[in-house]
Amino acid sequence: MSKTAYLVLEDGSTFRGIPFGSDSAAYGEVVFNTSMTGYQEMLTDPSYSGQIVVPTYPMIGNYGITKEDNESKEIQVSGFVVRQQCQEPSHRESSSTLADFLLTHDIPGISEIDTRAVTRRIRTHGVMMGALAIDISPEEALSQLENVPEYGNVNYVDQVSASKSYNWTQSLKNIPSKTPDIKILVSDFGLKYNILRILRSNGCTVEVFPSDTTAEELLEQNPDGIMLSPGPGDPELLGYTVKTVKDLLGRVPIMGICLGNQVLAQALGGKTYKLKFGHRGANHPVQDVSTGRVYITAQNHGYSIDPDSLPSEVEISHISMNDQTVEGIRHRSLPAMSIQYHSEASPGPKDNEYIFNRFLDMVREAKL
Amino acid sequence: MTKKLQKILVIGSGPIVIGQAAEFDYAGTQACKSLREEGIETILVNSNPATIMTDTDVADRVYVEPLTVPVLDRIMEREKPDGLLPTLGGQTGLNLAMELHEAGVLEKHDVLLLGSRIDTIKNAEDRDLFRKMLAEIGEPVPPSSTVNNMEEAASAKSEIGLPLVIRPAYTLGGTGGGIATNEDEFEEIVKGGLAASPINQVLIEKSIVGWKELEYEVMRDSADNCITICNMENIDPMGVHTGDSIVVAPSQTLSDNDYQKLRSASLKIIRELGIEGGCNVQFALAPGEIVGETLTDKGTEGEGYYVIEVNPRVSRSSALASKATGYPIARVAAKIAVGRTLDEIPNAVTEKTVAAFEPALDYCVVKIPRWPFDKFPTGDRTLGTQMKATGEVMAIDRTFEAAFQKAVRSLEITNRSILWEDPNWITDDQPMLSTLPIGPNDERLWAVLSALRRNVSPEELSRRTGIDPWFLRAFERITNMENRLIHEHLDQNLMYEAKRLGFPDDRIAILTDRTTEETRRLRKSYGLKPVFKMVDTCAAEFEALTPYFYSTYEEENEAEPLPGPKSLVVGSGPIRIGQGIEFDYCSVHAAWALQEEGLGSIMVNSNPETVSTDFDTSDRLYFEPLDDESIRDILENEELEKNDGQADIPPTIVQFGGQTAINLSQTLDAAGLPILGSTASSIDTASDRHLFEEFLARVGIPNPPGSAVIDLEGALKVAQEIGYPVLVRPSYVLGGRAMEIVQNATELARYMTNAFEAGGGRNVLIDKYFEGREVEVDAVCDGETVLIPGIMEHVERAGVHSGDSMAIYPGLTLSEDEIKTVVDYTTRIGKALDVRGLMNIQYVIIGGSSYRSPRNNKAVTEDTQVYVIEVNPRSSRTIPFISKITGVPMVKLAVKAMLGKKLNDLGYEGGLWKKQDLVGVKAPVFSMAKLAGVDTFLGPEMKSTGEVMGLDKNFEAAATKALMASDLMLPENGAILLSISDEDKSDSVALIKGLHEAGYKFFATEGTAAVINGLEIPVVMVPKRLDDDGPNVVDIISNGTVDAVVNTVTGAREVMQDGFHIRRAAVDNRIPCFTSLDTARAAVESLCKGGANYNVLTIQEYLHPERES
Repeated sequence: MSKTAYLVLEDGSTFRGIPFGSDSAAYGEVVFNTSMTGYQEMLTDPSYSGQIVVPTYPMIGNYGITKEDNESKEIQVSGFVVRQQCQEPSHRESSSTLADFLLTHDIPGISEIDTRAVTRRIRTHGVMMGALAIDISPEEALSQLENVPEYGNVNYVDQVSASKSYNWTQSLKNIPSKTPDIKILVSDFGLKYNILRILRSNGCTVEVFPSDTTAEELLEQNPDGIMLSPGPGDPELLGYTVKTVKDLLGRVPIMGICLGNQVLAQALGGKTYKLKFGHRGANHPVQDVSTGRVYITAQNHGYSIDPDSLPSEVEISHISMNDQTVEGIRHRSLPAMSIQYHSEASPGPKDNEYIFNRFLDMVREAKL
Repeated sequence: MTKKLQKILVIGSGPIVIGQAAEFDYAGTQACKSLREEGIETILVNSNPATIMTDTDVADRVYVEPLTVPVLDRIMEREKPDGLLPTLGGQTGLNLAMELHEAGVLEKHDVLLLGSRIDTIKNAEDRDLFRKMLAEIGEPVPPSSTVNNMEEAASAKSEIGLPLVIRPAYTLGGTGGGIATNEDEFEEIVKGGLAASPINQVLIEKSIVGWKELEYEVMRDSADNCITICNMENIDPMGVHTGDSIVVAPSQTLSDNDYQKLRSASLKIIRELGIEGGCNVQFALAPGEIVGETLTDKGTEGEGYYVIEVNPRVSRSSALASKATGYPIARVAAKIAVGRTLDEIPNAVTEKTVAAFEPALDYCVVKIPRWPFDKFPTGDRTLGTQMKATGEVMAIDRTFEAAFQKAVRSLEITNRSILWEDPNWITDDQPMLSTLPIGPNDERLWAVLSALRRNVSPEELSRRTGIDPWFLRAFERITNMENRLIHEHLDQNLMYEAKRLGFPDDRIAILTDRTTEETRRLRKSYGLKPVFKMVDTCAAEFEALTPYFYSTYEEENEAEPLPGPKSLVVGSGPIRIGQGIEFDYCSVHAAWALQEEGLGSIMVNSNPETVSTDFDTSDRLYFEPLDDESIRDILENEELEKNDGQADIPPTIVQFGGQTAINLSQTLDAAGLPILGSTASSIDTASDRHLFEEFLARVGIPNPPGSAVIDLEGALKVAQEIGYPVLVRPSYVLGGRAMEIVQNATELARYMTNAFEAGGGRNVLIDKYFEGREVEVDAVCDGETVLIPGIMEHVERAGVHSGDSMAIYPGLTLSEDEIKTVVDYTTRIGKALDVRGLMNIQYVIIGGSSYRSPRNNKAVTEDTQVYVIEVNPRSSRTIPFISKITGVPMVKLAVKAMLGKKLNDLGYEGGLWKKQDLVGVKAPVFSMAKLAGVDTFLGPEMKSTGEVMGLDKNFEAAATKALMASDLMLPENGAILLSISDEDKSDSVALIKGLHEAGYKFFATEGTAAVINGLEIPVVMVPKRLDDDGPNVVDIISNGTVDAVVNTVTGAREVMQDGFHIRRAAVDNRIPCFTSLDTARAAVESLCKGGANYNVLTIQEYLHPERES
């Protein structure tokens, strides 16, 4: 007989499954992701810090774990909930199984869960806190959950941001890097390596800085552009980075991705709010307002920019075709732009690398 | 777009053939609906009457006419359409569009080609242009070289490296090609290929057999927005046609990198091609490590993939992708074709978002092809680049194992569950892997499971088959569970685990030594029943309105019972020979009729190609196997409570889903579940041989004498009594399978020996074979009134399966008396059987001349008798045909009658419906060119895959069109090879004279040549034996000397063998081959008598000339 474990949601609903990975209880905000591939990239995406992730695709782990597909140095999710975890993966690059990967990083998972039922619950009632009741009863997990701080009250960026600055030299696989001609500093709110790889492949020297680096410290490096990275949590907790960006505006070209987009919006005077159940997946259609073209994007965010809060000098550059929320902004006169979705993909469609080019064009133009 | 599109001509795909099945009815129907939503007037042309798209309410104007350039030219002349949409009519549509372009017809009528431009079609279809285009955009194709001699071949070989595929230029069906894995094979195949090619040229291409095969369904609009709908992974590696592969969606063994790499390539390709609509891109992807070990090129260098093929149109795979995701590809493609963009088109699933998104699946879909080798056991079962499946099944579940098991259940191959193993397989020791058929063939899945049961490792099997170990390990989890079921106590947990892996009750029953019913009861006592989840395109992210469900064993049920009165329509499962698209047509109409009567319609079916499995056809769709367990689970899920607290289970309609559905009547009845329409007992009376004979005797209607026998002795005795020839068939098979006409005792002995070997000692039915004229009627009954919309007369005499006969409406050669008798018998049978709904009766008329020309139309006064051959208490293959040509909505009336309405109240009298002032000819269409080794002669066993209809004001014109549309049209004059059996020789005189008058040149085998000589007509005698010198029968077919063949057969085996090569040669050279003298005579008559003066009119105009003029 296999052991039993439960996913318990804040509202008391419980879902029965079988534990795998680390043998410990876990707590966090429960979110679902609809991407059918890319579980390793998801697990290692720092934006999932503090969250229990539920992939809606039922069979997870099929192609194992590779040495190359981590998006940060470790697993970032608090817990992982799947319908079926593959114990016998098949892929020529695979070096480990999903269960071993979780175990190595001491992260618990539960399989055999009716993940569609969980998803429908979250879709209907909004994201909520939850627990993986492993080795404890669902009731105990639920009462423990009361002592766990609400996701929205924790500054996860502090936990995942680089502690000191570093240089990045790796480019995308199979794409030789160009001789660098511009210097981009990346403000790390919880970045994914693929952002750095793409910048590097496009002719940038890339340096990563902790999120609390001040504008003056950054400008001392003589950057050609600043990239504000994605990251976890409520953007309203990030007053200090908002101030940094305010100080940078107009002095150096800026691009923000995801949390970076929300930080830029705040620096420009805008506000953010929490979405009912966020956007997480690899199939989100986004319209580029300037061209009318629709692109399929990878997304992972629980907060969004309130369009009515934006000052008139800021234009909405991208909107979600699903719910018309803001997916990108740009300043009408200053070199500052940002997108809510993940142009770096990984996981997800690679349709949006053009955004990097748009930014780098802006940087190169400013440099002239 | 310079021109405003107000009127569009849509081309259908014609008859169902292997490679082009019901998916194009689904696509075309969706497209027409979609265009009409846009306010566009739609004109539809298709020669296939058994389609929903040719219903007069699907398009504004419907032409059931042959799909030829002259016909399309005339339609364009009449209709003046603004645009032509060919991309929803399969390869037929695309080819016709090219021909119309080349003939200047599009230009002449100023008709815009929509969907794909001419250069797009050329770039995708022409291999050289395609390779060039891909090279320009940096997409990899397998390296290749065109060579004209051995020296060039050798240098190509050293450049590309073995293994190599060798394809001779300009030979039919790849004759003379092959795959060379070593030097000797290379030399041999190239030599052979150079010789086989008329221009002494072969293409040498790198072999990627064994690589993974992937497909992406892509859409693009005029604003260059591109999305992928779905990707699919073939379980069978490269080397097997994707239509013959077991396919899973989405891909299972691709990492996000792999997935996105191929996705990006797909978008790049559709953009370069400039397609506006849907397209399908096929890739070969480097295999995993284990399969790679067995290959010379492991694909570790370079991009790791190759682009194989692009279909610049909606395809079979698009239909599968639509059903697998819920995304209506054809509907959206049609809107894109008229200029709408993806961001403007509403998403029909959510009704809130737009069509510009990519579906997210939260389940697994498995497709398994349905092959016809249960019908053609002598055919070549090897699977390769030529597709052989007639249809397919799809199953959905939350895991691969469960979806796969459901798909196997859905195949409906008699006596072949997932546990099936051929008793002839040698499985008792290690060399079994060399004897088990684990290579590419239709039985591979069973062979692989058989090996796993005997502890062959998935990795070893992977090396042997090229199938990725991921799939084989999943199969092993299934066989491991089988083993646990055999050895462990079946407690709640084990049962739960087995159900989660997709084990059906009847398999659990066998493995745990219980009856199926006991297993079901035990399961329910454990509280285990399936829940139903929705297919919603978005993995539950948004609330969806799709009433489209599949079962699984999990916690939450999303399918609350549909409120109000309702009924379940059982569909017809995979398209196979004997059960084609006609039954889907009926099922769809049944669902619509229920809705018209204010009832909820619930559809269940397992075939992804169909209109019935379009989620907006019925109020609710269950995509499930059509077996006892799933139907009962669905009914229980739909149970409501009555006011008095009693369970209210909706009734089931079993009359429209062919034999599949009708077979369920007895088990549903036994389980106490209500059936709508004729009772289970009426159905049983008509189906059970013994009960049926008793019934006919009671009502005083004659049928051919005969009996069921259990051994050879009995058989000889019965045959002696009733007299030869006799019609023999095993009692347990349906649809004419293994049915033969036997001429003498020797033949009977041979048949009986084979039958007992195959059937394991079951009954064989022996009937007197009457060589008379065959007549068929469909009727609708309400218990009091029996309405016959029309009488159909077969061109071929009895003995040719009705599905393979040409049928003519109205019965042109029937006498008043014969008609009266047929109407009388039909009415009496309908009333006495208490039929509620439809029935189909086949009659044979004996006495008088065996052939009456339908063209004479003279009153006949011969002394004849009418016998009943069989009664089918259900809808038949001819329902769409008869409904369309008489205008009587048979299915609708049947459903209303089932619900208790009276035909009289609906405005219909009993008896024969008024004869229409038109002639309809239904002609069968065969897919024999695709089935090597299968004999093509017409007999009691059905062989055709589809049908066409020729409709006109007289017989000659209607027959001409039916022959044109079924590719049996004789050229105006030319040369013909005749090889006619002794029995038929005297009947052939009129035929020979007719051909002679038309200016035909004759070639004939010895005996037939003597007959022709006797008529003082010149003839060239040709040796029949293949080892004789000089051009023999096969040579003059292969080298194009003759344009057609008439080769009739008797039951005698040796003669059959001789003729086999003639018939195969004709099929392989794609020239008309008549194996029934009657068909040939009809063809010659239509040739001689002004057949070319046919009309081109809409079906509405034929039916109501007064209204439409």
